[in-house]
Amino acid sequence: MKFATYLTEIKGVSIYPIISLVLFVAFFSLVIIWAYRSNSDEIEHFENLPLEDGQVSNSNKIK
Amino acid sequence: MELQKFQYDNEISKNFAVATMFWGIVGMLVGVIAAFQLAFPALNLGIEYTTFGRLRPVHTNAVIFAFVGNGIFTAVYYSLPRLVKAEMWSKALSKIHFWGWQLIILTGAITLMMGYTSAKEYAELEWPLDIAITLIWVVFGINMFGTIIKRRERHLYVAIWFFIGSWVTVAMLHIVNSFELPISFMKSYSWYAGVQDALVQWWYGHNAVAFFLTTPYLGLMYYFLPKAAGRPIYSYRLSIVHFWSLIFLYIWAGPHHLLYTALPEWAQSLGTVFSIMLLLPSWGGMLNGLFTLRGAWDKVRVDPILKFFVVAVTCYGMATFEGPMMSLKNVNAISHYSDWTVAHVHIGALGWNGFLTFGMLYWLFPRLFNTKLYSVKWASTHFWIATAGIVLYAIPLYWAAFRTYFMMSAFTPEGQLQYQFIDIVQSIVPFYVLRALGGTLFLAGVVLMAYNLYKTVKSGQFVKTEDAEAPALEKVYVKPKNAHWHSWVERRPITLLVLSLIVVGIGGLVEMMPTFLVKTNIPTISEVKPYTPLELHGRDIYIKEGCYNCHSQMIRPFRYEVSRFGDYSKAGEFVYDHPYQWGSKRTGPDLARIGGKYPDSWHFNHMLDPESMAPGTIMPPYPWLFEKSVDASTTMSKIYAMRKLGVPYPKGYEGKANSDMKKQADKIVANLKKDKLNISGDKEIIALIAYLQRMGTDAKTINTVE
Repeated sequence: MKFATYLTEIKGVSIYPIISLVLFVAFFSLVIIWAYRSNSDEIEHFENLPLEDGQVSNSNKIK
Repeated sequence: MELQKFQYDNEISKNFAVATMFWGIVGMLVGVIAAFQLAFPALNLGIEYTTFGRLRPVHTNAVIFAFVGNGIFTAVYYSLPRLVKAEMWSKALSKIHFWGWQLIILTGAITLMMGYTSAKEYAELEWPLDIAITLIWVVFGINMFGTIIKRRERHLYVAIWFFIGSWVTVAMLHIVNSFELPISFMKSYSWYAGVQDALVQWWYGHNAVAFFLTTPYLGLMYYFLPKAAGRPIYSYRLSIVHFWSLIFLYIWAGPHHLLYTALPEWAQSLGTVFSIMLLLPSWGGMLNGLFTLRGAWDKVRVDPILKFFVVAVTCYGMATFEGPMMSLKNVNAISHYSDWTVAHVHIGALGWNGFLTFGMLYWLFPRLFNTKLYSVKWASTHFWIATAGIVLYAIPLYWAAFRTYFMMSAFTPEGQLQYQFIDIVQSIVPFYVLRALGGTLFLAGVVLMAYNLYKTVKSGQFVKTEDAEAPALEKVYVKPKNAHWHSWVERRPITLLVLSLIVVGIGGLVEMMPTFLVKTNIPTISEVKPYTPLELHGRDIYIKEGCYNCHSQMIRPFRYEVSRFGDYSKAGEFVYDHPYQWGSKRTGPDLARIGGKYPDSWHFNHMLDPESMAPGTIMPPYPWLFEKSVDASTTMSKIYAMRKLGVPYPKGYEGKANSDMKKQADKIVANLKKDKLNISGDKEIIALIAYLQRMGTDAKTINTVE
């Protein structure tokens, strides 16, 4: 399909994908840096959240 | 620290879980019927409400919004209170959400069968229902954020991020895609036309798959997989990267596909690098799920719940690998319009969504009813039946897709097309039978599950509420040592909401800008004129009958398409098409240039009895079009609405429209009379013939070969 050509004829249209690409690269890099520098103790607390729901009745704990 | 006591409400999770199962069976049953209709057209039953064109949207909407939708809500209403250690904000809102959603589904199914459709795929419901969906979605959002605000756990677990991101984005997608101008109760025209309408629709379609079928189910996976395995997720860090890259990827990265050629070299290279890197988050997510079971594979062998989860996550990996492959130009040439796409989405829907849902339900019901699963053996049987069902469903369709491609593109040494379209259809029918059997097998598994869970319910007693206790959040947050800046965001749900909204909002805007600019950039073709009133009525019948479900209106610039269907389609030809009707699947031939190809009498006979004109066809007959009359009282509002949307009808044309319509109808009636076919000019078939004969004739250059 040649419909992309109509898009490419728009003046200065390439700025939009460039904006999104650059912001994405920057954001993605930040997230990776953050994820791997984050505190291990905190992470351990976070990842155990689904397993400790504060329930007192045992009905829900079937093994 | 003082412990606060509170209760989790199981009633709402139970209701949504039962609804998930109920609509799952309904949606899949309709799917199986539609699948068999493709092989045996007699199953269309000769009445308007049950033709494939109307059932297929019922199937897609039921599976997406009823089965998966209720599945999402089951997961949210069960996991969210437990993850934030607080009950849901409002029981009343939970109830309104539940009953409102079921009512929308029911009304949706009925109206779709009655032929009320906007003809935009996966958004077919008409404007009153669009408004109802918006309201219920807001109710859901208020309830969710209310719960998050009064939480007792400071950190929001990654599953909740997925729920929040999905909620915000679905709201945005639904509103933007549903811009339409109502002309009467249950009928509207899309705000956008032609190319622009297509771009908006598939921006919606692509992201609906992302934010309705994928991200909320990832939230589900991140909660229920650790629960079922009894151990935390393999890497929480990876899940963070998974989340942010996914919501960024889907919304932001779209333009790369569209505008590749307009990008400077450096951006293209960067784009390529990233496309490859981006397999990492999806596959990272998959591996994250699979590695959670590291060292516990012995459990997988005996626990059907874990089996379901493992195959679901594997299907997620397969579908997210296949998707990017299908966006490659040369692959897309084969897969587009073909059964490949259907197979691809079913790997996702049956494997990923289906299996995750089944795993969740098998895990949930015994807990909701304080008992054991009635039969683990049956659950295992279900697993094997369903797996076989997926295989039997998908493989014939992949095979059919390639077969179609090779037959469609085959030329004789003399340069003629080797096969007629009907030859190809007929050679594909056996594959449709196999596919339908695969679907039946899958459905049989679901029925077995329903019975198993019913027995489970009978053997236990419903636990209406569960007591829980947790310390209240301290007013003043004491920062742990070495806390990172991102934890600042994680503690603030509203900030997280606003940030995600900004993220997807700007992303959406950046991606949509070219789409909004495109309207003024489509070269107008002076020969392309607005539809006549009769053709407009005919077009609305085309929409109502769901013809777009099997017929495309978009000829691609390939030799085998041009010589089969006529000159390739130009963007300027669709400027008055509210909504566009390009279609996405070619079960029947393309109709973009059907106009003038056959005499009026051919269409007359073909719509009454397709077999008489095209022996071996799988198209159903449409006898009611010969009995029902066009409602001429709506002509005025249709013309008026179209002019409002920018179609250049002269001022005051509404007054003349009906007499013009009569003149054109009389001409067709006279034409038919010459072939000894007698019918009065106000019947729907006349309007439909007018539309079919108009299609593609404005800018026709090459005559069709076939």
